[in-house]
Amino acid sequence: MHRRYPPALWFALALVAAGPARGGDHSYRVADPAYEAECASCHIAYPPRLLPARSWDAVMAGLERHFGVDASLDPAVAAEVTRFLHANAGRDRDPGRAPARRITETRWFLHEHDEVPARVWKQASVKSRANCAACHEGAARGNYNERGVRLPQ
Amino acid sequence: MQRLSISRAGIGTLAMVFTVAAGAETPQDFLNAFDLAARQEQRGFGGFSAARGERFFNSTHKREWSCASCHTPNPASTGRHAKTDKPIAPLAPAANAERFARPDKVEKWFRRNCNDVLGRACTPEEKGDVLSYLLSVR
Repeated sequence: MHRRYPPALWFALALVAAGPARGGDHSYRVADPAYEAECASCHIAYPPRLLPARSWDAVMAGLERHFGVDASLDPAVAAEVTRFLHANAGRDRDPGRAPARRITETRWFLHEHDEVPARVWKQASVKSRANCAACHEGAARGNYNERGVRLPQ
Repeated sequence: MQRLSISRAGIGTLAMVFTVAAGAETPQDFLNAFDLAARQEQRGFGGFSAARGERFFNSTHKREWSCASCHTPNPASTGRHAKTDKPIAPLAPAANAERFARPDKVEKWFRRNCNDVLGRACTPEEKGDVLSYLLSVR
């Protein structure tokens, strides 16, 4: 006997399975004082949901050489940030692979940005793929909706 | 001799800890703490120099970055992170009252930034020189 599920439920499940916020809403509110204070002083507060917990663990384990910069934290503060990241991390879509340490290397990111022309990435104002705010005007507030995208020309 | 120098360094560290615990909250408090540590840890320490601090601030120390790479050669102006481009609030206390106000922040940023710029910790003399320079910027 098969139970009948309404089509809307399947649609919702498909969206969840497809990736973070692929349904069109790209708002990722981040509100944690420790995460904001410690991580967002050098770069925007990347939405924790965009990496799985084991990726965040890999990031937190290497803060002394954090993408070429010393971002070391006091152990108590690091534990607080880790708790927040674990509580808000995304689903692990590649459990068989080594954890991605860059959001920009995830399949989700590459898919979402496959329409961005190569010349845009090379703009001086972009500097690096990690500089979300170069195109996403609301990045600092967690707003990555397409309406707020301005590609530098 | 060896034991003497260890105990002197120990006293210096202890003095720093007490200063921090007492809540050094003005740039002058930090300057006093660096001065105390420099006297106890560095033989022949002859006081801080803003001019030396300025040279230190603008030097890449034969490596990739200087303090000025992010904080700009004018510490009273807004800087930009050399890697991410994120704006950095002015470093000179005259331009930004939040600077040199909290021991945990001062300790954290000297630890990280000295490591990035010099590949080692800064000495109390270097910290005091740089702070003297920053205080001379109006």
